[in-house]
Amino acid sequence: MAIAETRLIFKHIDSPGYTIDIDCYIKNGGYTTLRKAITMKTAEIISEVKTSGLRGRGGAGFPTGVKWGFIDPTKNTKPVYLICNADESEPGTFKDRQIIHKDPHQLIEGMIISCFANNVKLAYLYIRGEFPEGAKILERACEEARQKNLLGKNILDTGYDLEIYIHRGAGAYICGEETGLIESLEGKRAYPRIKPPYFPAVLGLYMCPTIVNNVETLCNVIHIVKMGGANFAKLGKPNNTGTRLLCVSGDVVKPGYYEFEVGALTLGQLIYDVCGGIKNGKKLKAIIPGGSSAKVLKAGERYKIKQKQADGTMADVEIALEDIPMDFDTMAAVGSMAGSGGVIVMDETRSMPDCLANISEFYAHESCGQCTPCREGSLWMKKITTRIRDGKATVEDVGVLKNVADNIAGRTICAFGEACSWPVQSFVTKFKEEFETVAGNGAKK
Amino acid sequence: MSCEFKISQEFVKKVDETITHYPVSKRSASLPLLHLWQEEFGYVSNQGVEWIASKLDLQPINVFELVTFYPMFRDKPAGKIQFRVCRTLSCALAGGYELFDHLKKNCQIEGDGHHGPAVSPDGKYSIEFVECLASCGSGPVLMINDDFHENVSNDKANELVKKYG
Repeated sequence: MAIAETRLIFKHIDSPGYTIDIDCYIKNGGYTTLRKAITMKTAEIISEVKTSGLRGRGGAGFPTGVKWGFIDPTKNTKPVYLICNADESEPGTFKDRQIIHKDPHQLIEGMIISCFANNVKLAYLYIRGEFPEGAKILERACEEARQKNLLGKNILDTGYDLEIYIHRGAGAYICGEETGLIESLEGKRAYPRIKPPYFPAVLGLYMCPTIVNNVETLCNVIHIVKMGGANFAKLGKPNNTGTRLLCVSGDVVKPGYYEFEVGALTLGQLIYDVCGGIKNGKKLKAIIPGGSSAKVLKAGERYKIKQKQADGTMADVEIALEDIPMDFDTMAAVGSMAGSGGVIVMDETRSMPDCLANISEFYAHESCGQCTPCREGSLWMKKITTRIRDGKATVEDVGVLKNVADNIAGRTICAFGEACSWPVQSFVTKFKEEFETVAGNGAKK
Repeated sequence: MSCEFKISQEFVKKVDETITHYPVSKRSASLPLLHLWQEEFGYVSNQGVEWIASKLDLQPINVFELVTFYPMFRDKPAGKIQFRVCRTLSCALAGGYELFDHLKKNCQIEGDGHHGPAVSPDGKYSIEFVECLASCGSGPVLMINDDFHENVSNDKANELVKKYG
């Protein structure tokens, strides 16, 4: 393997003899960072997180320190809540599953430190309903932490009280959207709220300031406090700091989950060196680089991007698909997104209309139904892609499909509108010829 | 016609304990209570909706609209052994559709099963295509009741049917 993994969060995942109980976690240095954090000033911890440059790992890549900084402790008079978003459901993503099922205390410790830093007394861990075992594991982990005085009343005799409860979702993808998640946690349908005014930092859970962070993000907080924000920022690249959990699935020899410094390797290295290349000696056709909402990248594509040169100046360079570094900024520059870190690889035998029909069925099922363009549009995109896949469409339908997608993005309350139309726009544009050929030829799936 | 379920003291105790997790608003306990009800009685009947609503000082519609919104809640019984097969892209590339068809045939289940369980005539098995179960690297995957299984070939599926059957 050409590039070595840098395992911070996955350090103990799958290592022989490592178990999920608190004794094993403590034996391996667990909860020492909490002991350190709880002696620090809360502003100091927030400042370390800001210095670290950590960007949220759920999909949007928003700077965590900035998110925390929205709540001004000198002005705020309401209780502050923290919610861990463990509703991992972006197709192609399976990193949080590993942490929850194999190293739960790392998540709990990350949550406790983050809660302490933001003066949170009550926090919820919203775990997707399809992880019943994960929910039990986390409940047990919380109970173990309570017994060791790491959670609950008067934590480590510092006078700090915190309660964390595990809350199970029930199969709705939209609960991964933070305001939808908050509605769901309030016991309602998960209809996302409109921003402004409902920014979680201002009017979140029970209309109080609320921080919603992804599982991986909260685990990173431990490592930032442990090594210091400045040292953490040395990992990865400027504005793309730390490590990233990457999940690779689809037509590769060794699908799986890996942890690398952000941008330390290219998409080509990930697929060919780390994952052993395309299965069965086939050739690459397409890659979805950051969960199924990310725009598809086509084999053979070249991209013009601005790149920093050795002398510090910016220059226009042209790079191939395989040369794209796995970081937030370059992935955005080539017109897609690093998103949730879920990379789905498709080989030359795959039908693009078939793949898109699959993705469109997902979004049609998961639209919450609140905004008309998304509710109607996602359903029509599913119907038209399915018709194209089955060869029961006309060539014009390909244009109709693109038109439907173009009229959803930007016209909805939440980012689901973009999430469901980006795949359609990119697949149809980049594989237009294939869609038009399949549409009218009566080809069976 | 829905039958009346008998509510045990232990069940009420569990419910009351769960409500304490939500000191700010009891309504937040709606989803957890629906999970508890469904685990206990197999599906959320009208009686369940009304019982939960009264427990949380809500109107029955506030609870019923959750049953119809969240895919994991059902208002009819599923099979004793429930298969939930992942339908989404990575699993589909790995053979999720073939697995779904194989299980359906093997357990003699008619019906579509896309998002909503299709039940075998004897009520023993039900199967449902669900969306991404977040284990895309080890597809095809499925859940049997609350247990998760990965890399499920047709042979492995046969073994699992025997084991649970």
